[in-house]
Amino acid sequence: MQHKLTTPVTREDLAPLKAGDTVLLSGIVYTARDAAHKRMMELLDKGEELPFPVEGSALYYVGPTPERPGEVIGSAGPTTSGRMDAYSPRLLDLGQAVMIGKGARNQAVKEAAVRNGAVYLAALGGAGALMAACVKELEVICWEDLGCEAVRRLKVEDMPLTVILDPHGGDLYHSGPAAYLDSLN
Amino acid sequence: MRTISAADITAAVARLCVQANTRLPMDVDCALERAHCTEPWPLAQETLNLLRQNQEQARKQKLPICQDTGMACVFVELGQEVHIEGEFEAAIHQGVRQGYGEGFLRKSIVGDPLRRVNTEDNTPASITVRIVPGDQCVLTVAPKGFGSENMSRLAMLKPADGVEGVKRFVVETVKLAGPNPCPPIVLGVGIGGSFDKVAALAKHALLRPLDEENPDPFYEALEDELLEEINALGIGPQGFGGKTTCLGVTIETAPTHVAGLPVAVNVSCHVTRRATEVL
Repeated sequence: MQHKLTTPVTREDLAPLKAGDTVLLSGIVYTARDAAHKRMMELLDKGEELPFPVEGSALYYVGPTPERPGEVIGSAGPTTSGRMDAYSPRLLDLGQAVMIGKGARNQAVKEAAVRNGAVYLAALGGAGALMAACVKELEVICWEDLGCEAVRRLKVEDMPLTVILDPHGGDLYHSGPAAYLDSLN
Repeated sequence: MRTISAADITAAVARLCVQANTRLPMDVDCALERAHCTEPWPLAQETLNLLRQNQEQARKQKLPICQDTGMACVFVELGQEVHIEGEFEAAIHQGVRQGYGEGFLRKSIVGDPLRRVNTEDNTPASITVRIVPGDQCVLTVAPKGFGSENMSRLAMLKPADGVEGVKRFVVETVKLAGPNPCPPIVLGVGIGGSFDKVAALAKHALLRPLDEENPDPFYEALEDELLEEINALGIGPQGFGGKTTCLGVTIETAPTHVAGLPVAVNVSCHVTRRATEVL
């Protein structure tokens, strides 16, 4: 099933999503990889504000290639999300609603997604040119020194994503391969 | 004796960095096309279709196929009758600097593994040189992304583990990697040699085009068996489920010690990149 969503999203918006469904996501998406996540944790430890409104937000784990003159963004596919596992539960508990990346997450992230009614969506790994086409605006909002890992505010339109972890405990990385193997019997 | 200038090497490496990152090698492209035709699972077929569309988009927009434009692995087959005018390794690093800069490629290298400050120009390259007969210099740039590199593994098996032990280890590596290395993957497998040699074999195996047979029928058969076993795991494109988990397995071997059976698996993704120029 395909869903159209616009950020920021509410728990109610995400409730109908099931692992294996597809999503066309529009609105504002913030980029952050390991280094930016680490700095966000340091801010929180000091009792300071995050560099973006966290409630209902979507974070995309991506480090794009530099944009050519006149272009909005370079190639922009997802990085491996597992490196953010150490940080995601804390952000989800603070209101982050959507994680976008690729690859497996740990049990703590799955539990935090269920607890908060959040979702983990996969962008197409290695399909950076296709993902770039959905990005309409880009602005570096902080930590420019991190280069491709700086936090960017992206305005996206109909970004094609697949639901991996849904708010009900579903996990496409288990159910997808299992369904295919069942179909062989 | 033939003279090749460092400037020519720099220019070639720069060209190859851009070419490799924006155009898939023909054999990988064909393997993806074939997989798309033979994939029975609808979601997997759709996913493979999108991966092909991505290549089209990259070509049209002059964008890198993948945003992880990788560590620049440069392989050189240097004819022993070649004299390099200028500094050889510096010329290669300069080529990477130039290619990644002019080509708007991502700079993904940190100068120190623990202090982690980006070098800002994707240098240094990882250089492997082999001295060969002749008066040519064959340069191959194979940018390697780390989503897949991180899933690679090495084991010092016992000789008693034999071919079954090797197969178990390779298949286990793919299972452990699951969706992380952006399947459909390509596997370079090294068997034999020593601890360091076997990893180099696995990496070098990724340079062999997927449509080129292993010259040794024994290992050609082993590659086929591994591919079949891996594609029976059901991981599928992107790990969403399906038949196409792996596009190809290439094996390289070396003599080893009576007491050992080293095996290394270098995992690569559906964007397995390489480009070659002969000087």
